[in-house]
Amino acid sequence: MKMNKRLFKDFLFKKIVILFSIITLIPLFLILFIIVKNGVSAINIDFFTKLPKPPGEKGGGILNAIVGSIFLVIIASILAIPFGVTVGIFLSEVKNKFTETLKVLVDVLQGVPSIVIGIVAYIWIVKPLKSFSALSGGVALGLMMLPIIIKSTQEALYLIPFSLREASFALGTNYTKTILKVILPAGLSGIASGILLGIMRIIGETAPLLFTAFGNSFLNLNPAKPVDALPLVIFNYAMSPYPEWHKIAWGAAFILILLIFILNIIVRKVIKRWKVQF
Amino acid sequence: MESTILKIRNLNAGYQNKWILKDINLNIEKNKVTAIMGPSGCGKSTLIRCINRMHEITPGAIFKGEIYLDDKNIFEMPPSDVRKRIGMVFQRPNPFPTMSIYENVIAGYILNGIKIKKAKMDQIVEESLKKAFLWEEVKDTLFRKGTFLSGGQQQRLCIARSLAMNPEILLLDEPTSALDPKAQAMIEELIVRLKENVTLVLVTHNRSQAARASDYTAFLYLGELIEFGKTEKIFTTPKNKKTEEYLTGKFG
Amino acid sequence: MRKDRFFKMVLWVSGILFTLIILSILIYLFKGSYLSIKTFGLKFLVNKIWDPVNEQFGLLPFVVGTLLTSIISLLLALPFSLSLAILLGVFYKKGFLNKFLSYATELLAGIPSVIYGFWGLFFLVPIMRKIEIKLGILPYGVGILTASLILSIMIIPYISLISKEVINMVPQDLIEAGYSLGATNWEVIKKVIIPYSRSGIFAGVLLGFGRAFGETMAVTMVIGNSNFLPKNIFSPSNTMASVIANEFTEAVKDIHLSSLIQIGLWLFLLSIFINFIGEIVINKMKVKGEK
Repeated sequence: MKMNKRLFKDFLFKKIVILFSIITLIPLFLILFIIVKNGVSAINIDFFTKLPKPPGEKGGGILNAIVGSIFLVIIASILAIPFGVTVGIFLSEVKNKFTETLKVLVDVLQGVPSIVIGIVAYIWIVKPLKSFSALSGGVALGLMMLPIIIKSTQEALYLIPFSLREASFALGTNYTKTILKVILPAGLSGIASGILLGIMRIIGETAPLLFTAFGNSFLNLNPAKPVDALPLVIFNYAMSPYPEWHKIAWGAAFILILLIFILNIIVRKVIKRWKVQF
Repeated sequence: MESTILKIRNLNAGYQNKWILKDINLNIEKNKVTAIMGPSGCGKSTLIRCINRMHEITPGAIFKGEIYLDDKNIFEMPPSDVRKRIGMVFQRPNPFPTMSIYENVIAGYILNGIKIKKAKMDQIVEESLKKAFLWEEVKDTLFRKGTFLSGGQQQRLCIARSLAMNPEILLLDEPTSALDPKAQAMIEELIVRLKENVTLVLVTHNRSQAARASDYTAFLYLGELIEFGKTEKIFTTPKNKKTEEYLTGKFG
Repeated sequence: MRKDRFFKMVLWVSGILFTLIILSILIYLFKGSYLSIKTFGLKFLVNKIWDPVNEQFGLLPFVVGTLLTSIISLLLALPFSLSLAILLGVFYKKGFLNKFLSYATELLAGIPSVIYGFWGLFFLVPIMRKIEIKLGILPYGVGILTASLILSIMIIPYISLISKEVINMVPQDLIEAGYSLGATNWEVIKKVIIPYSRSGIFAGVLLGFGRAFGETMAVTMVIGNSNFLPKNIFSPSNTMASVIANEFTEAVKDIHLSSLIQIGLWLFLLSIFINFIGEIVINKMKVKGEK
């Protein structure tokens, strides 16, 4: 009898675990289903090529936000990628008390709530320039990307065998070229996937843009002027009282999810193929 | 005619605060194969890594003494110059994984920023691969990644990579210990053939390999040079009791 | 050689620059909050009134809102996260189900918070409203519980992915030893796996908490944005992050802006604190485990 009770407990436990796991996925499918259902019908050519119309008028698109998001990602990447990769090399090359502290600081930055990053970019850039701007938004997003790039660079370089470095040195290669031409290329797939993960994270970030990039219903490529972004459109239009605008928000959400999905596939398939065999 | 290309004088080396090599004095003869033998941990790898100043890239490395290459102390030369003149092949084959076979052979030139014409490059690649007995096997796949080759082929690729720089001395740190017997035999044959052009220093724990491939043998024990001389003499009539015990397989 | 020295200098400069950035975040947040700190002192932390019109600023309502949403969402997320981790780490270590669930979980982690908020606003809020009508309370729909529900969905992937990794690190021979003694799955998990991976699971929970208390968009969109102390878990409220998102661009008075920045400063310090606790607890638990 006791045996049966034990086995029954085990059986029940497994069933509960499976049930709970499946319940976890229900929201995912609900979210994807609703976005696809509402989003696809909102999308047409105008959606990609036109600027928004005032409330009440039909049609219009979110070209400003699509261009703005790309613009912001480019600014953030220019600021964060070279800097982050350099810090990552530093952390993997130099081991002392300072770099140990630096590693903790990287974790600290990664843990900072995104809204606080927004405040910082506001104080650094918006206040002195007295205007919301693409630059301030890019700085905020760059700060969010930085820890991901630093960590992935450091981890990618950490995995590279010492023998490769020896091979390079033994040919008379100097330290700089050994790092830049032998070690860095060997870690490229890890670094590249870190960069894409960083872009994946910032492309959907809204909070740090609220009072930096701010939003702009016109097309703008001036870094000193405010720009729109896909997540800002979703937020502003979703919170508006107009059903037509809600529809546009669904369309923007669909595009955003699609973008993230595509980035995810690139990380999984393409970057893995680059992976260096030692 | 025998001539000494490298003189090691009072060399001490080790890591952190522990000395491994103690007062090594040794002459390396030109166009000969010198084998360095001894039980594991005796410092043979440390010794060979001092010769091209690779020892000092390991964190915590310490060393003192002199090594003269053509009567110039290598510790007073820039390390990269030393390493260009004294090439090295490692225990495990380590071709550059991001480079093709062709690029691997010419890597020394690329990495050192030495500019040469394409035709000259082709010539160096072909000659080096031929010297390393690899040309026939890879001449049709020069632009594939070097890491697709077998272990033995990879090791010969690494030898070709070193030879491409035209070194005066080639250091081989147990080059066959990670390979199967067939690949091992091929590398040994290669070593014997190479000495026409280059001086070789071979670290090995394989007694018969030293006997087959080398002209001179140095026996190292606990960081000290116990005995050095012509290989056939060391193997037939060793002077030191430790050498004899090692060669007859009593330890190591 | 000169090139090498230059390169090494560049590496050092980048590291120092990064340190300066973090320092300047702290300094500028402090500078920005200075007016508010000087005006209200420590009273800022315990004052339960936040009234921009009368220039009365107290943090308490948002501390309560933040703690309630974070803790409720953690409690909601924990059983689901652990189930998922056990499923992926013990029952289905390989195969289609594992791949499918892992991928879905990663996808769930990758959805931007603004989309969670959007979905919550149009799907969850109406449902909550119906429930509230049935319960006979004011049917706001938005409120602490709604925000907590969304938050729990958002943090499940984090806790479960980390827990799964830790469970995977439990030595196979320990698990096999358990089974060979005739233990059932449940017993092996309870007696071998969970004790062994405790510290890692705790790290996952801590990370989940870190995300929950700093999360802005999803919360802002469904919490109701009320600056009063919540009466119960259905009440509209505000968290520290959501009040900043709501009022920052509208703050015309210096003292208002400064008070909002001070909230940001506290969020920053809190995130460092959690980071710190995480490191300490994990190190301690590791040492214990090794004994």
